[in-house]
Amino acid sequence: MGRTIGRFALYIILVLAAILALVPFVWLIAATVKPSQDMFVYTFFGPRVTFKNFTELFTTVPFARYIINSVFIACASVCVQLFLSSLAGFSLAKYQFKGKKFVYLLMLATLMIPGQLTIAPTYELLYRMGFVDTYIGLIIPAAVSVFGIFLFERSMRQVPDELLDAARIDGCTEFRIYRDVVIPVSRPMIGAFCLIAFMGAWNSFLWPQIMLHSNHRFTLPIALNQMVNLYSQSYGLLMAGTFLAILPVIALFFLLQREFVAGLTAGAVKG
Amino acid sequence: MSATTLSRGKENDLGGSSGYLKWQAKAAPYLFIAPFLILFAVFGAYPIIKSLSLSFYATNGPKDAVPVGIANYSFLLSDPDFWIAVKNTVVYALFSIFLQLPIALGLALLLSQDWVKGRSFWRLAFFSPNLMGQVFVGVLFAILFQPQFGLINIALNKLTGGYIPLDTKWLNDSANVMPALVITSIWMYAGFNMIYFLAALQSVDKDLYEASAVDGANLWQQFRHVTIPAIMPVITFVLVTSTLGSLQLFELPYLLLGNGPGPDNAGLTIIMYLYDRGFVTGDLGYASAVGWTLAIGMLIISLIQVKLTGASREA
Repeated sequence: MGRTIGRFALYIILVLAAILALVPFVWLIAATVKPSQDMFVYTFFGPRVTFKNFTELFTTVPFARYIINSVFIACASVCVQLFLSSLAGFSLAKYQFKGKKFVYLLMLATLMIPGQLTIAPTYELLYRMGFVDTYIGLIIPAAVSVFGIFLFERSMRQVPDELLDAARIDGCTEFRIYRDVVIPVSRPMIGAFCLIAFMGAWNSFLWPQIMLHSNHRFTLPIALNQMVNLYSQSYGLLMAGTFLAILPVIALFFLLQREFVAGLTAGAVKG
Repeated sequence: MSATTLSRGKENDLGGSSGYLKWQAKAAPYLFIAPFLILFAVFGAYPIIKSLSLSFYATNGPKDAVPVGIANYSFLLSDPDFWIAVKNTVVYALFSIFLQLPIALGLALLLSQDWVKGRSFWRLAFFSPNLMGQVFVGVLFAILFQPQFGLINIALNKLTGGYIPLDTKWLNDSANVMPALVITSIWMYAGFNMIYFLAALQSVDKDLYEASAVDGANLWQQFRHVTIPAIMPVITFVLVTSTLGSLQLFELPYLLLGNGPGPDNAGLTIIMYLYDRGFVTGDLGYASAVGWTLAIGMLIISLIQVKLTGASREA
């Protein structure tokens, strides 16, 4: 009996915690479809449902353009990071070469260095290269992810050497082995890495805020911050923008949930 | 990219390619790691060295720099605003460590029980706030924290039977800015850190619990002497990463407080201070000095944490 009551109490804690975690999302969705006169009359959904907030969003600001910018930058960034990080991970996982220890040391050093330390000189460097206010200036400094190298190095170690040697006997070049043998079997890690890298690029704020000056190049976080300053009282508009801005990450997460948890904890939990 | 062209070349040249095959097999590891090394040199090593030298200059935008010796550092250490930023950032980090992480561990302990049904649903529910970036959370919570009609005041007012008034100011009252930041960050990160703790708890050897139960250990003793030592590596990892993350807090207060430090600088953080002095005022040299000061502080704190948690594992 005592055990049943205990379990019941613990379920109540779980339910309460889940409500606390999810209620802001419900409020957000309700706010996107409430007409402005109902916004504070009804705490959540009101009797009237409108999509005016969404249509206004695309007419008051170039929101479609911001979405395209964010999608382009995030996808380009993920592709470049995926290619270069998996290539480096493959090199460390499956080859013995001079200076390998040194590479590991550099990677650890990179993880220890806070990104904020390099902001000022990187900005200065990109300014001299003429990349301020360009997408290249956003993508190139983050083109290799050390976290990604570790992730791929770990998973590619599992690929049996016999498989690689068989391909070599068939006359495959090392790059073809990477492309046609190692990458196909690393699919779960690729899924996890894509989601983590996508979230990083999609939600990135400080660096784009520093780099981007032209309104038509803004990404969603920068644009939304600007909208808060310009239309601070238009809650429906801001919530509609926020809702659309978080939707892609949530969709991608549902698609890759299993791989994501595995990838996230791969570095921290052994076995 | 060079590797792509190499493999193409091979396909076109079938005869007499064994010399080429041997060469590319030798060069491959270096070619594959080269992009990382080049990018590290340009965007890792160079900026670090450059920022150290830059921190001894006063600059006005990226173009014009005047050497000032250690003046940036001595001004920094005597600037009361910097110390306010340090205080706020440290207080926030302490709340992360002593409030948010225990909540995360508690949720993970609950979910790791064998009898819990629908584990993946709970895990998803607790984790979902983390899918929103700090910027978007900031936009949402700035509205949720509004007096009168904000959801948080409405809920607190109803739950306390009117004890907490509807017009409680969170973001416009310097005393309430930090509580608002902490509440928001618990909402955002408790479920995220729970994922790590849960994965660690699920990989603890079940036989250890059975053995200790046979020895007559109660739940608390099991937790203290079996669970904690077994998940210590993950505790260290989560402790260090979330402390480092807390010390770099910027977006959340910047968005919640309308792109500023809030009333009486109550939401000023070290990175906000760096951003303001470096990119709003335009002194990249001073920003570099702030960055180095923070980096050294972060290094010392994480070394202490690794040492402390490592020591407690041996005890």
